[in-house]
Amino acid sequence: MQVMWDAFYDQFITKGGYKNVLEGLRNTLIIAILGLVIGIIIGTLVACVQVAGKRNKVVRVFAAVGDVYTAVFRGTPIIVQLLIFHFIIFAGADIDGLIEAVLVFGLNSGAYVSEIMRGGILSVDIGQTEAGRTLGLSYATTMLRIVFPQAIKNVVPTLGNELIALTKDTSVAGYVATMDLTRAFRLIATANYEFIIPYLMLALVYFVIILIMTIVVRFVERRMRKSERR
Amino acid sequence: MKEDKSSLPIETKETVSDAGSVKPKFAKTEKTPVEPFDPEALIEVQHLTKSFGELTVLDDISEKIRQGEKIAVIGPSGSGKSTFLRCLNMLEDPTDGYVFFEGNNLCDLRVDINIQRRRMGMVFQQFNLFNNMNVLKNITLAPVHIGLHELRKTRRKNFFIKLGNLFRGKEKKEPLIPVTADAKQIRKDAEENAMRLLERIGLADKAGVYPSTLSGGQRQRIAIVRALAMNPKVMLFDEPTSALDPEMVGEVLELIKELADEGMTMVIVTHEMGFAREVATRVMFMDGGKIVEQGPPSEIFGAPKNERLKEFLSKVL
Repeated sequence: MQVMWDAFYDQFITKGGYKNVLEGLRNTLIIAILGLVIGIIIGTLVACVQVAGKRNKVVRVFAAVGDVYTAVFRGTPIIVQLLIFHFIIFAGADIDGLIEAVLVFGLNSGAYVSEIMRGGILSVDIGQTEAGRTLGLSYATTMLRIVFPQAIKNVVPTLGNELIALTKDTSVAGYVATMDLTRAFRLIATANYEFIIPYLMLALVYFVIILIMTIVVRFVERRMRKSERR
Repeated sequence: MKEDKSSLPIETKETVSDAGSVKPKFAKTEKTPVEPFDPEALIEVQHLTKSFGELTVLDDISEKIRQGEKIAVIGPSGSGKSTFLRCLNMLEDPTDGYVFFEGNNLCDLRVDINIQRRRMGMVFQQFNLFNNMNVLKNITLAPVHIGLHELRKTRRKNFFIKLGNLFRGKEKKEPLIPVTADAKQIRKDAEENAMRLLERIGLADKAGVYPSTLSGGQRQRIAIVRALAMNPKVMLFDEPTSALDPEMVGEVLELIKELADEGMTMVIVTHEMGFAREVATRVMFMDGGKIVEQGPPSEIFGAPKNERLKEFLSKVL
């Protein structure tokens, strides 16, 4: 046991492994949170287009594009997407691995978020839209001012779920040229083939991050619900 | 590339069979011709037909509603009362026929339906207050939004007039469109108007409250006031008391009656026969998508002629 701890200490502190871990932690959080933000933006747009798709022929074309996008990004593993972006699409370009990862994770979660958002929009009673329209507000205004705020409230728990899933998915970001938590700990572990402590440690770090996220999401959710009961 | 070719004939086949099955869609293009609009009517309905798939809900209804009339629409469930009302402000697109409001053909896509709807208030069975806004915001949302929208539009127009004036001769300069109120003033006016309306129904103290904390009767009265805030020419009520507890029906009907006494034109779909008899100037009895019988309430309730109406009245009265 002592040997294991010594080996870990040696790699983590003396050889400077903690620097990698800190960078990895930072990158993991950046990828997960920025990825979700991009995902929410893309997902919301796709969902809007799909919900409005029935009404207008031009929009229907965009809705079809959205369908293809969702199918492609949900239908392939995220590692494959990372590899394709790194080695094919951005092969010649000199782009930071972190930016690549954020982009891929954003696009990937956008596909999932679009379905979440679509469900959220559909969950708002049609009467709300009708009431808005009969007052003379346009479709876009009704969506923006009335349906959307209510949809988002319904969607927060599911989005929290998506954030958690995304955070864990970032463990494969190390495949392209970026440092993430998993890669940092893997470097420590493989330096002297002492696996037990680094990997258990890694699991613990993820667990704590996600615990904190869960609490934050709960808090946000409760705050949003409260505003209705005043 | 191969896949493309193989998928092509299937697609064309699909569209062909599609076109064959949806025949009513073609009927839409061969609509009945527009008849001249009667300038005395506020709302004129011409050959209004609405079908959902095979089911015909409204069957060739032609009707005129004049300024100041209070019309009660009664009839068994499934007779098309609500659909008729919803067709009046295009919440349902008619399959055939036209609806005119103040001379504008609402079925014409060139007519901006959003502008026309501002003058047609609608009250729903389920209230449909905006859950994410407090009562005051519920009432002021539309007036403020539309006011600001108009303001932006006139400012934009004025900008182009100014731009054009640079190139016009001195005597040919176009005058600017006067801007009466700025954004702040619009908001203030809307809020004052909303508070005045709330005071009228005795709910001024609830201005900052969210709809979920209110009773059904309070919600419905606020929904009515919300429609009134747009200064509508006509109010459409879609079973305004059907979702209410019996003890709250009175307060809502009282408010509607007040409006009627002030001379508001209204169309009320209702199951409250006593109320229809008291308030309406004309009662329409609908059955099977047609207006089977209509006339002043004394005739409809006192001396019904149609068999279906007699049967209906014997059940509900």
